[in-house]
Amino acid sequence: MTTAGNGGGVEGPAAGNGGTAGLSVEGLSVAYRTGRGAATAVDGVSFHVAPGETYGIVGESGCGKTTLSRALGRHLPRNGAVTGGRVRVDGVEVLDLAPADLRSWRAASLAVVHQDAGGSLDPTMRVGAQLAEIFRLRGLSRAAARAEVPRLLARVRLPDPVSIARRYPHQLSGGQQQRVVIAAALTARPRLLVLDEPTTGLDATVEREILDLIWGLRSEIGAAVVLISHDLGLVGRLCDRVGVLYAGRMAEEGPARDVLTRPRHPYTAALLAAVPRLGESRHARALTAIPGHPPVPGEQVTGCPFAPRCAFADDLCAESAPLPEAAGAEHEVRCHHVDRLPDRPVPVDVAAPSRTGPGTPVDVAAPSLAEAGTPVDVAAPSLAEAGTPPGEAVPGGPLLEVRGLTRRYGRTTVVDDVDLTIGHGEVLGLVGESGSGKTTLARAVTGLGTRGPGTIRLDGQVLPAGVGRRDARARRRVQMVFQSPDASLNPSHTVRAILARALRSLRGSSSPQELGARAGLAAHLLDSRPGRLSGGQKQRVAIARAFAGDPGLVVCDEPVSALDVSVQAGVLRLLADRQRTSGTSYLFISHDLAVVGYLADRVAVMYRGQIVEEGPAGQVLHGPHHPYTASLVAASLARLGEPGGDPGTVPPGRSGATGCRFAARCPQRIDGLCDTEDPPVRTEGSGHTIRCHLGTGDLPRGTPGAATGAAPDPAKQKEDSPA
Amino acid sequence: MRRFLLRRLAAIPLTLLAVSVLIFTATELIPGDVARTILGREAGDAAVARLRAELGLDRPIMTRYFGWLRGFVTGQWGDSTLLRVPVRDLVLTRLGDSLILGALAFALLVPVALTLGLVAGVNHDRPADRIISVAGLTLGAIPEFVTGVILLVVFAVRLRWFPASAQAPDGASPLTRLGHLLLPALSLVLLCTGYVARHVRASTVNAVESPYAQAIELRGFTRGQVVRRHVLRNSTIPATSALGVQLQFLLGGLVAVELLYNYPGVGALLLRSAVEKDLPTLQATAMVLGVLYMLIVLAADLAYRLLDPRVRLGAGAS
Repeated sequence: MTTAGNGGGVEGPAAGNGGTAGLSVEGLSVAYRTGRGAATAVDGVSFHVAPGETYGIVGESGCGKTTLSRALGRHLPRNGAVTGGRVRVDGVEVLDLAPADLRSWRAASLAVVHQDAGGSLDPTMRVGAQLAEIFRLRGLSRAAARAEVPRLLARVRLPDPVSIARRYPHQLSGGQQQRVVIAAALTARPRLLVLDEPTTGLDATVEREILDLIWGLRSEIGAAVVLISHDLGLVGRLCDRVGVLYAGRMAEEGPARDVLTRPRHPYTAALLAAVPRLGESRHARALTAIPGHPPVPGEQVTGCPFAPRCAFADDLCAESAPLPEAAGAEHEVRCHHVDRLPDRPVPVDVAAPSRTGPGTPVDVAAPSLAEAGTPVDVAAPSLAEAGTPPGEAVPGGPLLEVRGLTRRYGRTTVVDDVDLTIGHGEVLGLVGESGSGKTTLARAVTGLGTRGPGTIRLDGQVLPAGVGRRDARARRRVQMVFQSPDASLNPSHTVRAILARALRSLRGSSSPQELGARAGLAAHLLDSRPGRLSGGQKQRVAIARAFAGDPGLVVCDEPVSALDVSVQAGVLRLLADRQRTSGTSYLFISHDLAVVGYLADRVAVMYRGQIVEEGPAGQVLHGPHHPYTASLVAASLARLGEPGGDPGTVPPGRSGATGCRFAARCPQRIDGLCDTEDPPVRTEGSGHTIRCHLGTGDLPRGTPGAATGAAPDPAKQKEDSPA
Repeated sequence: MRRFLLRRLAAIPLTLLAVSVLIFTATELIPGDVARTILGREAGDAAVARLRAELGLDRPIMTRYFGWLRGFVTGQWGDSTLLRVPVRDLVLTRLGDSLILGALAFALLVPVALTLGLVAGVNHDRPADRIISVAGLTLGAIPEFVTGVILLVVFAVRLRWFPASAQAPDGASPLTRLGHLLLPALSLVLLCTGYVARHVRASTVNAVESPYAQAIELRGFTRGQVVRRHVLRNSTIPATSALGVQLQFLLGGLVAVELLYNYPGVGALLLRSAVEKDLPTLQATAMVLGVLYMLIVLAADLAYRLLDPRVRLGAGAS
């Protein structure tokens, strides 16, 4: 404790004796007081982050990520307490600071960016005033603080900072809000920057902008950065080192590229296997979910906490907890059987996006052809997978046919003259950023939301726009799975009652037990109410309910975006299985290109109310494709720190104006053409349409990032993975 | 915002029309004959019939209703059958007095309830919170005429700190008048504080536990600074609607409290005219109170809209 005397001097780097620069966490344990005694949430965690270094912490929900991040700023909930260990930042023992010193240390040295940017801002105060308040805390005069604000907002690359400063948080977009929160973190020169899921809930394009910003600022401020995320791809792209947290303990820790390409702990390997890779199809590989769930904090665990879920576990694992073992340079693993895990790199694109070159994994046609014979339902051959345009070869025409669908909210046209076709047994993925009209389109298909012009045909019959005017059969044929099962399951009914009710109203012939079993729900869960289920279990109930009758079409609106990767894998697999056995068609919405690419046969890309591209999943993701699609692919693959990644904010909608809607953001815009004339719909190969002025040769293709001028530089890739 | 105001203002006459029908029907249903009540048991049938004709009570009910409505709208509210004075002057004077009492109660209620709610919310699930919450609930469950009597007995009769009557002698100084009004106002405040404080407490707990309050605290602000600059505003905005509701409750409480403290307000007037079957006064008082109710609701909604930027400015960038 040589640094104890240093406690008050919170500013400046490690002053002299004993303190190391950066963040040092040693044997940190945190417990919560519960009705059944103390529950340990973080258990003896140690790691070090040098200034300028980024450390990623991954793991499933409930493994202690958030508790750990809160303990770093000593900001635990009231029933939580540090039970052991130390947190040192530039030599300051954070856990020993007196309350007043803690406050000044936070003001001078700590910056935290939370997941929900909108929630981190006071809704009743202009953002400028909220930032000025922080400068005031640092002793600036009122006038000086006010003068600093626009400069700060410009630093986080917000256009027109003066006008932004005058707005309230709700008048900003999610990306702008997150920039403001980052700006707040930059009012000082923090020594420790904690990023807790900073981009969860943001669109891929916005996420990329935010990450680029963080990346740029990281070297500028030279702080130790801790990134907490469930997104392995993100961590692989951004972090130097990674710690994998399981049941509050560090299961594996080491350089990001080692941990994420050559995981030595079965848990890490299982997490990686659960992530769909961009361009990978459900026909090529079934995602492997991790069975079971992590132990609840406070649960008695003897032996290795991962043993019950581990494929390599034996008696030793059940008896004694493994100690950290070296598995390479600065790489430690807590596993008795490091040698059992096959020592070969996991073919995951997370750490090596450049491997996704043209042709390699983004190739859906070949495996799906091989798979084309398997569907059980004869009436639903997956013809679309084989490249045949749907609706031509299937007798009786397509399942769903949408023509000229338009939906407006007030004066804003949210869905503008959209045509859409879904074949029998086909999965159509719908991608696009928030506000592009995806959800409105999906709701229109199910008959919810506002009404408007356009026809919707199901099995050739025109459906009325409103669900209330559709006949019982049509209502039963179209089902929906929502993003948040919390809001769509009645909390006062048991699962059994929910399913029984669905069976009655949808004229299903099976029983709740069977329905639940088919959705992978354990029988004992049937008598629970939704409040006692996990997110994944709830979503399984929602899916079981959608399949209670004999749905022709299930509309899935972001069904996995709120779930952990391991849970997501299970739900995606369930959706794929149900589709295969029932031959049901999906309209599957997601902002995650890899997820859409995994499940969908065809992909439609939506931008500001229009479908700008539609075609077989592989072709759409692989290219040649629309410049907007290219930017989405680039955003989901791109590495950070590459030049030219900030397209700025989108100008407000010009509904009714002519020209391509994407023109303002398009890097390949042809001035005088794209901004004045509506682009033609051109056909690229079978059933692949693109709404663009560019000729086939000019359309961006395969190499992600090329379109935005941010081509990945192979030299900068962390790609040590041997082929 | 302007559209909201116009729409709400336009709704007031329609609502009043419905209220007028209810009031008129209700007063018609009060048992007993008005003319007989006025003239007394010994009056002859002929005299009663003459008075009935004079009051227009022999005409059909629809005719009387529309006649009364027209009169109300044009300001011809008639004469009190009991006091023999013009109803309009009577009601408006009494209303003024009641508003003074109500305003005093409101002026006491707001700071007391906000403070208690904030203290309870900031210290939620701690002893301070439990005491405030239980006390508020208990007091809210006791009717104002009970608390009024207790206050009267303790502070006016036993301790003699305050006068027993709310009505100050003519020409008394404003301070003396205030002293007279304090006990009745207090009995109204005790009734409403618990409810408003509960609302403030709930929104304070939300604000204190909100991510923004935590984010701000993590920037190095003290808990006190966070509460003063952020929690306070965020917890009082949702409470404005609770205040609106309680204000109406407060108006209803005037009836008992004014009677108890012998205060010449609309509440006492309403009660007496109902007992004595003074129909013109009763109807006019009820209508005036109806207008007041609606203005209070409108004011509360308006205040909420003005205070909350999310409502005031609507959704900005999507």
